[in-house]
Amino acid sequence: MDELLNDFIAETRDMAQALSGAIVAWEAAPQDRERLDEIFRFVHTVKGNCGFFDLPRLEQLSHAAEGALADVRAGKRTADRALVDAVLAVIDRIGELVQALETGEATASEDDEPLIAALSGAPVALAIADAGAAPEAEAKKSIRSIRLSVDLLDRMMSAVSDAVLARNELARRLRDAPRDIAVEAAFERVSTCIAEIRDGITRTRMQRIDSLFSGLPRMVRDLAADLGKQVRLDVDGGDVELDREMIEMIRDPLTHIVRNAIDHGIEDPETRMAAGKKAAGTLKVSARQTGNQILIEVTDDGRGIDGEALVRSARAAGLLSAEQAEKLTPAQKLALVFTPSLSTAERVTAISGRGVGMDVVRANIERIGGVIDIDSRPSQGVKLCIRVPLTLTIIPALTISAGSQVFALPRSAIDEILRVGAIRIDSVGAAEIATVRGRRVPLVGLATLLGINAVVADADQRIVLLKPAGGEAYALAVDAVHDHEELVVKPAAPAVMAAGLYAGTTLADDGSPILLLDPSGIAKRAGISFTESELHQAFRGAEEETEAERETSLLLFRTLAGGRRAVPVMIVERIEDVPAEAIRFGAGKLRVAIGDRILPLAGCDAAPAEDKLRILRLTDGRTELAYGFAEVIDIRSVPIELHPAPAPGEVAGVTLIDGAQVELLDPHWLFAAHGDSGQEEKAQPICALPEGDPWMEAMLRPLVESLGYRVVAAREGVAADILILTEESEGAGPVQAGQVVRLRSHPEEGEGGASIYRYDRAALIGALSRGAPKRKAKGKANG
Amino acid sequence: MAELLLIARLAGRRIAFPASMVEAVVELEGVTPAPCAAPHVAGLAALRSRVLTVIDGLAALGLERAGEMQARDAIVIPCDGHTYALIVEEVEDVIEADAPATRLSAPVGAGWARVATGTVEVDAEIFLLVDPYALIAGPAANAA
Repeated sequence: MDELLNDFIAETRDMAQALSGAIVAWEAAPQDRERLDEIFRFVHTVKGNCGFFDLPRLEQLSHAAEGALADVRAGKRTADRALVDAVLAVIDRIGELVQALETGEATASEDDEPLIAALSGAPVALAIADAGAAPEAEAKKSIRSIRLSVDLLDRMMSAVSDAVLARNELARRLRDAPRDIAVEAAFERVSTCIAEIRDGITRTRMQRIDSLFSGLPRMVRDLAADLGKQVRLDVDGGDVELDREMIEMIRDPLTHIVRNAIDHGIEDPETRMAAGKKAAGTLKVSARQTGNQILIEVTDDGRGIDGEALVRSARAAGLLSAEQAEKLTPAQKLALVFTPSLSTAERVTAISGRGVGMDVVRANIERIGGVIDIDSRPSQGVKLCIRVPLTLTIIPALTISAGSQVFALPRSAIDEILRVGAIRIDSVGAAEIATVRGRRVPLVGLATLLGINAVVADADQRIVLLKPAGGEAYALAVDAVHDHEELVVKPAAPAVMAAGLYAGTTLADDGSPILLLDPSGIAKRAGISFTESELHQAFRGAEEETEAERETSLLLFRTLAGGRRAVPVMIVERIEDVPAEAIRFGAGKLRVAIGDRILPLAGCDAAPAEDKLRILRLTDGRTELAYGFAEVIDIRSVPIELHPAPAPGEVAGVTLIDGAQVELLDPHWLFAAHGDSGQEEKAQPICALPEGDPWMEAMLRPLVESLGYRVVAAREGVAADILILTEESEGAGPVQAGQVVRLRSHPEEGEGGASIYRYDRAALIGALSRGAPKRKAKGKANG
Repeated sequence: MAELLLIARLAGRRIAFPASMVEAVVELEGVTPAPCAAPHVAGLAALRSRVLTVIDGLAALGLERAGEMQARDAIVIPCDGHTYALIVEEVEDVIEADAPATRLSAPVGAGWARVATGTVEVDAEIFLLVDPYALIAGPAANAA
């Protein structure tokens, strides 16, 4: 609101300044119609703007002046000297009040009545006495803010962008030249300066998205009233900042989407009641920042979009063959709403529940390097996600190559960079699945995807683990990884963007163009996209393939006593040597000091005789403990056939690896017995997940953990605040749980009562938040 | 009023572009491919600190792609916030038209019909007047 008020003050002041000439001219020639109109527009605008703020004095004044001037315009009054004086006095007072608003000082005169009376034609006793006071005050205060044209900012930005490029070029040349400390120091200084200037200018271009959202309540109210619907608007995330230009670019698409949602999505109250919904529909508009993207979601709880109807229309319009229609996934059917010649077809509007012009919306979003996705459940509503870059300008990126060509990846989407040798790759049909520390993710070969000849052998490739904003993680195989760079990114031409793979173009240090890859676009093209059913199937396939022999990656080691034991690699943080003096027995436990931390030590009963001890640092994500051992034997991925130990303890049981018996550690017992139950851990609610379910492990676990839960394996004797079960694990293990959440793998609810579709993120989060009300706030604040 | 025209050769034909739509004529050296982009996009090139989208004139007509990129003439055309480099076989000259353009009166052949806006006469020779924006839009725009 403050920002709006500032805008209002600045605007009014600007207008008053621009108007001063007109006032003088009008004073000289009161019959001048053009001047009169100009002054009328000013008071009219001020009056209109006052409506938004609680400014009764301004409103009263401008209203009175508007009334008087309207009479003159209508020819009911003539603009005599008295009226001109009165109007001028009012305008001066308005200027004064605005000044007072800005500075917070009181105005010279508190009484507006004489002014208003003067307007109505009463004898004029007052002269325009206040006029002299204004300029003085103005001189004092008006320097505090200036208004700049976006054009100028753009020019500054592009100049800075060029400076960054020149700096990069210089950096490259300096690297090739013989070293000169003095030159390098100077260069560093220049670099720092450029970075600061860039930062500053970038910030001047940022604006709260509030300025985009503030118009929505009024629009929704008016539209709903026009259409005889009841709509509750829920706006969230107005404090997210975004490039000014971006905000302008999103304004139209957002308006269109909101309009559509009310017009075609939300039903009239009767229909809603009949369908068992609340009479008032809910429209939720939210914005949040994820990495270098802004995610704007518009969700309604209306009738939804009928994908089948869209397909029928597309078939009728000759855009789809029967075969093609057959193959479409539900998400692809919905995406038809963006097809130009389809969404403009009149009759589709009525059937599909979506209005015209969605193709234009998409085109506009894509023009600024954004992505729009649609999701809909029949009779439950529609969710539109717009993802746009934070700014069109500079982003940190990683340069990589496919074949001999260099590309860039936005660093924000990169989780990790790995060597091919470090992970397991399985072929599942035509697809490849990479297993990275227990996480199974689809693997995409960049060169293959782009149709470029790879120049490196598969084994020499690098794997970049990507997590596109809003999408699922996947691994991208590239031929080489080069460097981290700050790139000045500009949107690419539409014909290039049409590939759906790029987020923009940029120039490398040496001045050659580089395409910035769009991780979501790559995922989409590779078919591992957000189209949930596809993802679903891909994972289905993976699960089925591995069902027969579900393998766990184990670290085999020799204990201090000489036995063979194994521990899941997933929980091993690192292996290191600690000096014997760092190990002490105290407060009933053996502990080891590492850096400035003290970890409980398991695996040995006393401080070792040798001068150093090799330890495994095990982690459960929150707490750590050390486990002393003698040497690493191997890392193996094997199916575990566990022969459980008779009593719970350090060892869960025995399994056969390469024909030899190996004791498997029970990490849960270890942490329960040795873990230092710190404050944090105590406050953490516990969520039990069925063991060994790759989907749970790879996809659900991070979500659950992000909500503040500690995840434990659902097995006998475990007590948890919440237990999550799938259809397969139905009735598994006698776990004591405060709450049980069942997941189903199909969007449609089957028999068997309440369950949540496993990709229904909102419902999942809702259920999990109920289990831990205290945690919810924290999770939200982080997100 | 007489218009300035840029005369170039494309697909073996001498054609005219309105010079007012052309920013510059450059010789492109390296073109970075843009895999999976529209077929008439030959790739990207850099002009000072700007990125040019290189349009293959032949492919834009719906004809065969020009093939291997050597150093070649390109016409720089700003359009809709982006800058394009249109590859032609040769840029000949900038000349003044003798008379305003006239509408097409005869079929001009596959590919050309979409991009030609009329004919224009210079020194008693008739050239096809081509809309560079239509070339930039590429053959796909035809279908839509």
